Amino acid sequence: MKVKILTIIEKNSKMSISDIAILLGENEETVAQAIFEMENDKTICGYHTMINWDKVSKDRVTALIEVCVTPQRSSGFDRLAERIYNFPEVESVYLMSGAYDFCVILDGKSIREVSSFISEKLSTLESVTSTATHFVLKKYKDHGTVMVKENKSERQLITP
Amino acid sequence: MRNPLSETIVNIKPSGIRKYFDLVAQMNDPEVISLGVGEPDFETPWHIREEGIYSLEKGRTFYTSNSGLQALRDEISLQQHKLNNVIYNPYKEIMITVGGSEAIDIALRAMLDPGDEVIIPQPSYVSYEPCTVLAGGVPVIVEMKEKDQFKLTLEELEAAYTPKTKILILPFPNNPTGSVMTREDLEPIAKFCVDHDLYVLSDEIYSALTYETKHFSIVSLPGMRDRTVLINGFSKAYAMTGWRLGYACAPLLKIHQFAIMCAPTTSQYAAVEALRNGDKDIEVMRESYNERRRYLMHEFRKMQLDCFEPYGAFYVFPSIKSLQMTSDEFAMELLREEKVAVVPGTAFGACGEGYLRISYAYSLEELKTALRRVERFVQNRRARLKGEEIV
Repeated sequence: MKVKILTIIEKNSKMSISDIAILLGENEETVAQAIFEMENDKTICGYHTMINWDKVSKDRVTALIEVCVTPQRSSGFDRLAERIYNFPEVESVYLMSGAYDFCVILDGKSIREVSSFISEKLSTLESVTSTATHFVLKKYKDHGTVMVKENKSERQLITP
Repeated sequence: MRNPLSETIVNIKPSGIRKYFDLVAQMNDPEVISLGVGEPDFETPWHIREEGIYSLEKGRTFYTSNSGLQALRDEISLQQHKLNNVIYNPYKEIMITVGGSEAIDIALRAMLDPGDEVIIPQPSYVSYEPCTVLAGGVPVIVEMKEKDQFKLTLEELEAAYTPKTKILILPFPNNPTGSVMTREDLEPIAKFCVDHDLYVLSDEIYSALTYETKHFSIVSLPGMRDRTVLINGFSKAYAMTGWRLGYACAPLLKIHQFAIMCAPTTSQYAAVEALRNGDKDIEVMRESYNERRRYLMHEFRKMQLDCFEPYGAFYVFPSIKSLQMTSDEFAMELLREEKVAVVPGTAFGACGEGYLRISYAYSLEELKTALRRVERFVQNRRARLKGEEIV
């Protein structure tokens, strides 16, 4: 049942516990208890809202920064990652295989904010050897949701 | 001038659902929410669509063999073996058709001589009766009742049987009631068919969509493979209605397509991909339908409207008898007052009187909005029946 709950709220965290209970044919207490347990053990790490910021402000950008670093003795990449992800403006940090080490994503910032973050905070970290920044031009799909899709049904109104 | 229409055609009454459809279409009101659609709300899974596109890019734009792409018939044969534990020879016992509906039509035309009787349990899909008439057969309607969970019972079958009966149609999982027949339900029916030399046309188009038990096909029972035309297709299971692709499995029966060269080629290539890699898609869609099914049952219980619990397809079939109106009246007034379109049960046979078919192939949000309106309508109607003033 936990997986079923997760499948539902992964797409719609706004759904109420009573609705989830109806959809799954369980009682509310059981569902509430399961969600409580998953919140506690951090299976559910948080509830976010997907926002298309383009609709609100024109000057916000999403930047993907490739970061090359020199790993540190004993702590490897983890200590460095922590120094980066602790900046509140950082949306995501991934350790990558391939040509660079960290992928750092900044979301919903102005170009000025992005550039000052890179030049003043990120590049100045001792172990960072180089960065390359890419700006997102258009978001087509994010978190499994198509952002550019029109909501028009092609179906007939009545069919047998 | 002579009537251009044949007597047979003149005598077939127009489909009830079309009349109502025209009315809804004429309203042309964006406020109207329809719960009347008999097809999935999902788009065809992308990997299946992509395969169709690829086949077009490759220039696979020619006829296939009359009975369909061999690769597709091979996959169907494998799937039938997996699901129903029967073996159909993919070279001569499987035919690809333009939707399940074409399979119904040609099966009846291939098997009926003038005057042969066809037992049609109702409420059921709209085409069995006219197709029987067009094939020269005589439809014999058996009414399935809510007290029998809208299943076909042996007693009803015995009562309808005459020495002229040739075919029994088994429309399960059922559109519009959502009823299913289990192995235990089918065993006496199968025995009767064997004893009385009856053929069965088993329309299993909704077989992938059952919610409590796995679909059981009559072809799995002793002696039935050789007297059953099994009809299935891709429309409901893989959300492929517009591709128009179905099939018939039938041993030693020459269901031949004189009318149609072959089913659409692009669709056939896409369907091969569906059968090979589409199990996961079915699973996801079924789970989603099941959630909405539970939601609708919950809402009807809350409204205190009797509703038979469906175990298959994507319809609920609530009874409105307590509101003292006919299905047609309810549907028309609901459309006028609350702008919700549902299909009157009578579209699926006279015994659908007193019921409505409500499809849950809609998003939960749409269902919620629509059900709020239905609830308001039902409450107003009850208040009116009590003779109270509505403020």
